[in-house]
Amino acid sequence: MVDKSAIGATDEPFEMVVERGKIREFARATKSQSPAYLVEEVPVSPPTFLAASAFWSPPGNSVLSGLELDVRRVLHGGVEYVFPGPPPAAGTELTIQTRLDDIYEKDGKRGGTMTFIVTVQEFRDPDGTIVAEARNTLIETAKPPEAE
Amino acid sequence: MAVKFDDLKVGTEPDSRNYGPLTRTDFVRYQGASGDFNPIHHDEGFAKGAGFPTVFSVGMLQAGILASFATDWLGPANVRRFGVQFREQVWPDDVLTCSAKVVGRDESARTVDLELACVRQTGSVAIKGTATFVVD
Repeated sequence: MVDKSAIGATDEPFEMVVERGKIREFARATKSQSPAYLVEEVPVSPPTFLAASAFWSPPGNSVLSGLELDVRRVLHGGVEYVFPGPPPAAGTELTIQTRLDDIYEKDGKRGGTMTFIVTVQEFRDPDGTIVAEARNTLIETAKPPEAE
Repeated sequence: MAVKFDDLKVGTEPDSRNYGPLTRTDFVRYQGASGDFNPIHHDEGFAKGAGFPTVFSVGMLQAGILASFATDWLGPANVRRFGVQFREQVWPDDVLTCSAKVVGRDESARTVDLELACVRQTGSVAIKGTATFVVD
């Protein structure tokens, strides 16, 4: 059973710079054919690019670290990115903070209880305006995943 | 040639596109780009030790491929929302087919809502997605 009193907890904000070369690398890795990522001097970042904020997060700085999840049973259920305007462009300095938004349980299809953990990451520009939001859902399954 | 808002109706579908066969190199390239170095996606011994037949793809790789499919169509600067649900793992040598369909349209905001899918060669869905784009 995951401790629900952690709902609302936040981590320490950290900074990330959206880099042109990283955008190019990410666009190639995700097989984009759009020249915009490759030839524009100030390309916007791809829709799921902000996953690379993992490179900027200080070690141990996670709202999940206090939950004592069994990582062998944790699956990534889904993610949603919301952009109030165009995605952050190369050169943008972002400040990122993650909030533990929700924890809830459901009965698993094969018995046991699945726990859903929802985190929301806010990405702010230097003016403090939210330019992106990432909502991730993690699932702790009832028992270790079995090979098909 | 850029797609125009007036070209898009509820039910409009772009040509689907195939990606792959995916290789372990594709997985590693994505891991390097994203910073997610979970060994289950590249270390054969680790994956087998965890009970899997071999390494499998990073879910966020196929999410990124589906995102690229959508932004290749409607433009990288135009995306306002992109979401995915992971349904099934993707394995080496899989061929993924990405498809999209317009399911909503807001005349005043000039936005379209999309349903997206990334399907394995077996016919089973690896990822379902939704997105919103603003289109001139």
